[in-house]
Amino acid sequence: MWRFLLPLGLAAALGVLLFAGLGIDPKLIPSPLIDKPAPVFDLPELNQPDARVSNGTLAGAPYVLNVWASWCPSCVQEHPVIEEFARSGKVRVVGLNWKDEPADAKRWLAQFGNPYTDIAVDQSGRTGIDFGVYGAPETFLVDAQGVIRYKHVGAITPEVIAREFEPRLAQMQGAAP
Amino acid sequence: MIRMLLASLLLLLSCSAVAIDPLPFKDEVEQVRFQRLVAELRCTVCQNQNLADSNAELAKDLRSKVFEMMQEGRSDDQIKQFLVERYGVFVLYDPPVKPSTWALWFGPALVVLIGAIYIVASIRRRARALPADAAGIEDQP
Repeated sequence: MWRFLLPLGLAAALGVLLFAGLGIDPKLIPSPLIDKPAPVFDLPELNQPDARVSNGTLAGAPYVLNVWASWCPSCVQEHPVIEEFARSGKVRVVGLNWKDEPADAKRWLAQFGNPYTDIAVDQSGRTGIDFGVYGAPETFLVDAQGVIRYKHVGAITPEVIAREFEPRLAQMQGAAP
Repeated sequence: MIRMLLASLLLLLSCSAVAIDPLPFKDEVEQVRFQRLVAELRCTVCQNQNLADSNAELAKDLRSKVFEMMQEGRSDDQIKQFLVERYGVFVLYDPPVKPSTWALWFGPALVVLIGAIYIVASIRRRARALPADAAGIEDQP
């Protein structure tokens, strides 16, 4: 009896393991930066050449950092969701224009709309590396103390905002004095 | 003529090997160190390639960052640490042994061990069952 059940059981266990593996997206790499302070950055603002966007200018309230570029098709796809999120007034949405030409970025925003309160220009991609960005779009949630609380890789959806961002935001705002 | 052709072919090949990004190495030791280091680091965009082979934009940026850190005199471990802090142990093709990677390091050995135990057990079982038959075969002319 065991001679048949044991291999069968092992094969079934292996099948379950492999099937579960199918559901895991290998493109999603867990970020080691969650619950760590956001990397230090100090970048020019896209629309105000003299202004800077840095940890300091953003400190004091939570913000969402949306990494995007005009060359990124998924950014177009997620853009209405980002706009809706920004319009809801629940949180500031800051753009990180990653490895892009400022002129292209401005044209893109003129075409699709600009939901961002500030846009940091990371033309070299160095700040992106510090944030562990490996493909646009990526979206970070940073709390008032400048600590990264969540990261979403790929185009954001209303479900992700409702499931991951809003509860964390509510918690942060509840914790604030 | 053939020699000329071969020589130019070699030249072509050697060019393509370093054409990815021409970095100003000061000597061969540095270049070898760089090549070894980027071969051990995984490209996060095209995940089945290492940083040395990948032509993705991000891989290029990371290669130049690695080069820059080498110029700053950072050690290999410090450079790897820099990338691990940002991208996680995922970037290492040779990940450290720690509880979260135990399954990765010891899983295959465990499976082999289970298989070996099973094989040994079944061989012994058969060996116990066999002698009577084997004796019968030998008896035949």
